[in-house]
Amino acid sequence: MQLIELFEESISVLKTNRLRTGLSALGIIIGIASVIALMTLGQASQQSVTEKVQSLGANLLTVSPGSQNSSPHGFLRTSSNGGTTLSYDDAEAIAESQRITTIDKVAAVYTSNAQASYGANNDNIQISGVSENYFELRNIELMLGRLITKQDDLLVQKNLVISSSVAEDLLEGVTNPVGEIIRLNGNAFTVVGVTESTSGFGQSSDVIYTPLTTAQNVLFGVNHVSSIYVGAIDENLMEEAENQLGFLLLELHGIETPDDADFSISSQGDILETVGEVTQTFTALLTGIAAISLIVGGIGIMNIMLVTVTERTREIGIRKALGAKRKVIITQFLIESVLLTIVGGFMGVILGLGISTLLTNMMSLPNTISIISIGIAVAVSCVIGIVFGIYPAQKASKLQPIEALRYE
Amino acid sequence: MIEVKDLTKIYNSGEIETRALDGVSFKIKKGEFVAIIGPSGSGKSTLMHILGALDSPTSGEYILNSINVKDMGEDELAGIRNKEIGFVFQAYNLLARNSSVKNVSLPMMYAEIPKKERYEKAVEALKIVGLSDKHNNAPNELSGGQKQRVAIARALSMNPSILLADEPTGNLPTRQSDEIMDIFDDLNKKGHTVIVITHENEIAARAKRVITLVDGKILSDKKGKHERIEHAID
Repeated sequence: MQLIELFEESISVLKTNRLRTGLSALGIIIGIASVIALMTLGQASQQSVTEKVQSLGANLLTVSPGSQNSSPHGFLRTSSNGGTTLSYDDAEAIAESQRITTIDKVAAVYTSNAQASYGANNDNIQISGVSENYFELRNIELMLGRLITKQDDLLVQKNLVISSSVAEDLLEGVTNPVGEIIRLNGNAFTVVGVTESTSGFGQSSDVIYTPLTTAQNVLFGVNHVSSIYVGAIDENLMEEAENQLGFLLLELHGIETPDDADFSISSQGDILETVGEVTQTFTALLTGIAAISLIVGGIGIMNIMLVTVTERTREIGIRKALGAKRKVIITQFLIESVLLTIVGGFMGVILGLGISTLLTNMMSLPNTISIISIGIAVAVSCVIGIVFGIYPAQKASKLQPIEALRYE
Repeated sequence: MIEVKDLTKIYNSGEIETRALDGVSFKIKKGEFVAIIGPSGSGKSTLMHILGALDSPTSGEYILNSINVKDMGEDELAGIRNKEIGFVFQAYNLLARNSSVKNVSLPMMYAEIPKKERYEKAVEALKIVGLSDKHNNAPNELSGGQKQRVAIARALSMNPSILLADEPTGNLPTRQSDEIMDIFDDLNKKGHTVIVITHENEIAARAKRVITLVDGKILSDKKGKHERIEHAID
């Protein structure tokens, strides 16, 4: 069959009906553009979340109270106040155990909220009672003064370290917060240091750090901790560290089987995985919605092809009278619909890339253009052309030449 | 070379049965110039559709170059239309978007003849009908007579066994009609078999044989007044 000529013929037909061609391609353009834009956006946000989670430390293990299976907080088991099964003693036992060879640093944290006041300023702020290694494990940098020390912790000192955003809001106008007095739930605390504000995943940027013992005994009157953070020696030893840690804690808590554990351990890898799954689900969902518009576009193509076939009944009759076989007629109309969708697909790709560049710039996300999604988009538009073009093409090929020639 | 035996075509629309053709038989030999004439409703269009392999008879036989056309499938019929029959329609039936050369090339495209050869043959066919200067004109740039000449060139392009013309001059003024019929005369003299379907006696008079159809039956089948008319022109 003379495919090239059928192509030329189709192009000339599509060119003759410019407005109609444009309008019917528009459905595909919009569909493909939204699929590409949403896929790119999904990828970009996933990448951005991954980067944020990784900035928390790739070799960090988080021990949370409550069992793995019945966590009331769903998939993200970061510091929560849900359970009371972990204590400061657990953290110290982990740090001192001879059997644990894959862990080098341990920190415990108790997190709650308290009313903080400075002069006339007043705010409800997250309080993190932390042990010495906390800052190092969570990659929190000191900006001014000093951090919470072991000494502070042992002596239950009423010292505190504030994040820079707290310094800006609560201590507004104070040039050097170190040495200032802040009241927490009525108790006077001395600011000894300022850290950078971390606004990572699962972290609030407004945080006041106190020694853990102070938070437990002076502020909140509790014995448990919210989380224990454990740093593994090496990223590649995470699994081993998780096992050593788990079995030690089971022993400490007098529990025999891991299934009954009253704590759970998660690594950044776990969190990444969960977050990845969530963003993937969202991306899939949104892309699915966009795909619906693609189907609607396809129906538009089918509609216009049916009109074309009716309009060109006489032409089809002439072609058949001159010896065109059914296959040739089918091919001719299929080429026309596929051309329509492929042109729409290409324009959709360009539009989609434009939209996603604009959106990722606006949301300051990394702009990742995936070649695969472009390839898929073009392939999909081709398939749509075939799927929605086949019925009109068959209809054309089935026309009886006498009937078609009589058509006015 | 053409033989129809007892051709019958019955149309059923609801309860009414119409016998468009009722036992038509004749033979046409190679090189004949036949006019099939009859009033409207006489069945001549139906006969032309069957002869043109556009339709199949209800019963009877149609043998074209010793091929029995009666029980052919759709694609085989398309092949017959492509290779054995050259159609000339009353309404020209050219493709409006295509130039003369492209229109003439169309049957050759369906026969999968290479593009270059097609072009050469199309130019040759246009020369035969006297349109060498209108290769690239679209149909709307041509007069009725010129359009019909393009259509004849198209019918000739595959060098078919029969040229089948359905009221070829029906839409043309007398002068152009005569020119078209002259072309058919010439083609017949060169050995082409020509069958013209018409309701005009003057057109039929130019054929060497006239088959008259009435109510789906052959009323008469006799030699035309061809010679006499030529004398009259002299």
